[in-house]
Amino acid sequence: MNRTDLQHHTLILLVENRAGVLARVTDLIARRGYNIISLAVAPTNDERFSRITIVVNVDLAPMEQIVKQLFKLINVIEIAEVPASDAVSRELMLAKVSFTADNLSDLESVMAGASVHVLELERSKDRLILSAGGSSANIDELEDQLGVFGIMDVQRTGQIALPQLGHSVPIMRAR
Amino acid sequence: MTAPERLNGAQALIKSLELEGVEVVFGYPGGAILPVYDPLIDAKLRHVLVRHEQGAGHMAEGYAHATGKPGVCMVTSGPAATNIVTPLADAMLDSVPMVCITGQVSLSAIGTDAFQECDTTGITRSITKHNYLVTRAEDIPGVIREAFHLATTGRPGPVLVDIPKNLVDANNPEAYFDFVWPEVPELPGYNPILTPGDEVIADAVTLMLQAERPVLYVGGGVLKARGAAVLLELAELLSMPVVTTLMARGAFPDSHELCLGMPGMHGQFTAINAIQESDLLIAMGSRFDDRVTGKVSTFAPHAKVIHVDIDPAEHGKVRVPQVAVAGDCRISMELMIKEIAKQGGPENQVDITPWRQQVSGWQEKYPLTYQQSKAGELLKPQHVIERLRDLSPEDTIVCSGVGQHQMFTSQYWKFDHPYTWINSGGLGTMGFSIPAAIGAKAGMPNRMVWAVDGDGCFQMTAQELITAAIEKIPIKVALMNNSNLGMVRQWQEMFYGERFSEIHLGRDLPNYVMWAESMGCAAFRVDDPSELDEVIEAANAINDRPVVVEFRCVEDENVFPMVSAGASNSDALVDPSQQAMLDAERAAKAESSRQTASASADSVLADSNEGVSS
Ligand SMILES: Cc1ncc(C[n+]2csc(CCOP(=O)(O)OP(=O)(O)O)c2C)c(N)n1
Repeated sequence: MNRTDLQHHTLILLVENRAGVLARVTDLIARRGYNIISLAVAPTNDERFSRITIVVNVDLAPMEQIVKQLFKLINVIEIAEVPASDAVSRELMLAKVSFTADNLSDLESVMAGASVHVLELERSKDRLILSAGGSSANIDELEDQLGVFGIMDVQRTGQIALPQLGHSVPIMRAR
Repeated sequence: MTAPERLNGAQALIKSLELEGVEVVFGYPGGAILPVYDPLIDAKLRHVLVRHEQGAGHMAEGYAHATGKPGVCMVTSGPAATNIVTPLADAMLDSVPMVCITGQVSLSAIGTDAFQECDTTGITRSITKHNYLVTRAEDIPGVIREAFHLATTGRPGPVLVDIPKNLVDANNPEAYFDFVWPEVPELPGYNPILTPGDEVIADAVTLMLQAERPVLYVGGGVLKARGAAVLLELAELLSMPVVTTLMARGAFPDSHELCLGMPGMHGQFTAINAIQESDLLIAMGSRFDDRVTGKVSTFAPHAKVIHVDIDPAEHGKVRVPQVAVAGDCRISMELMIKEIAKQGGPENQVDITPWRQQVSGWQEKYPLTYQQSKAGELLKPQHVIERLRDLSPEDTIVCSGVGQHQMFTSQYWKFDHPYTWINSGGLGTMGFSIPAAIGAKAGMPNRMVWAVDGDGCFQMTAQELITAAIEKIPIKVALMNNSNLGMVRQWQEMFYGERFSEIHLGRDLPNYVMWAESMGCAAFRVDDPSELDEVIEAANAINDRPVVVEFRCVEDENVFPMVSAGASNSDALVDPSQQAMLDAERAAKAESSRQTASASADSVLADSNEGVSS
């Protein structure tokens, strides 16, 4: 199963860092019946603002309407809609994985192949928690590979993205 | 420099409203907003005590429609906030500038299911242009400043400010601060575009000069932009026919030879048909509402579209325009007029006299019409509106409720001046007219204000006539008593095989005259057409009290023309007396286009045969 469909739209919003802004943004999308695939939000280097990365599964025409409506929100300052080909994007995953004495070395080689950090290891119980960062497609792939050993729990951050250097993406800006 | 004034949140709120130039607040007190009602006693503001919070909201809207200034209402938390939800939604859909202040439980109680607590900002998020939950007393002046700025600029709309009780509590030391009135609100995400780019204006004008069958499709945005005078200039410059939507009646004079009246579900046939046949539709502050377009896929099928709107999100929402002009309607039209001269117009404009002749042909054949009451029959609502119109001053402000009476008023009152027609277009809120009329009259005390109301609508908000009587706001109400939910009746007659379900209101219960008198109004009842003029004149002569005139109307009158919900505008029904003629014309037209089509199909066939043989 491929969780990160290339047809999905990635929106990058710069918003005022105020109470209720996230609710306004997600409400507007939910109200139209569209599902948010992933959502990541955190303050920028300037604490007055936050950046939100939203991945939604919407056709192009309603997407344009959603972008325009989002832009009408008073606290939204800037929106870029970035096609996957024009974006640098990353995702982080934490996974609790079980293994056996027999397959540990296989697990180690899977982990070595991806940029994985082992954060906790409980040898006695044959389990560990790892973190892995990469493109969402890479994370999908790693998750599939880990499935062979046994994923006990997984938490992904959802995609964060910035436009690629030198790529101009459609952007709406209040000033 | 004088030392800053130390005020508590309540005093600061009142002072902020005064600094915004607010003259009147429509409101109702209660627990959470009580601390604000104390300094209100000494304020320069007029407070109008309503009888239901919904009334406060619609009064603020009526005031805003009539004056162009933001309407202000103030109510307490919980049930009062939920009572004002309808007017907020109404103001949102009709882009009415309004500021609504609601009390809230103290900050420490928020989220505890406290007495009269509700999530006001959550509930109203999608029906306000923006809303605020204030969390520090010293933020009050800045938030009020922002609220008025947002409500009145760009695309206007309602803004709600929710203020927890502890921030306005005179006994709370933390509610006190040094009052500062910020000059410019800091809103990094808000920058409405007023002036469109030169290029789109040039593109628009090029299309206008080339169009053979242009129609100016004017919406409420022209009124919001105070653009009626410029519209007249633009329309006359290129002799373009004009239709005015339900929200724009009066933006262009109905008596003008270029005016075709209202388009849409109950619009004039000529207005509907001109749009359908046009090759260029210039949407000016209008938004392709489904009540105007009918079935979208068959709406104005031959037309290129120029869409002028201050809200870019309207561009392409329903119909993708060839030229999207993002900007204020008045400014855009001023630029167009200059650009027309620059491009050599109007001299080089395509000759549109054949189009104008075609349009006036429709006007002659399919005017608005109705049958007068037969002897012994009750009144015809259309006739009542005509007499009201002719016997009232030309600048009378007319408000209406929602239903058949609304459509009849929009059709038969000839609106020749902007800001004389006030109704609930987008939300279609029954009960709008009486409170809206009170708000309009409060803002325009020297004008005559008639509320045309249905008997169903009247029963929803009539109690505000007590407000009108006590506050000496002498509006007049034309109560069109057809003893039915007439508009619902019409749909059941036409689309549900005359199976009438839950539409009878009763002719005599309530006794409207007694009810009106008990609320401090003068009251009349008319059921005979011959008494009409006399009673209207008597009502118009009363200035010291509100007046209610109960007009007893026939119960089975239908509104025509009509485009059935979801049907194509090209299938509009006209008055039954005109329908046979229209059907015959349509059949002839279909026949001739079938012949042309089969002729061209023959030639296509010939072409493809050639293709095969070669
Ligand atoms: C608050 C509200 N409830 C219901 C409706 C649906 N509705 C639209 S018109 C109408 C009938 C209005 O009856 P009345 O006020 O008597 O006016 P008439 O159509 O008879 O002129 C109804 C029920 C509405 N528009 N608003």
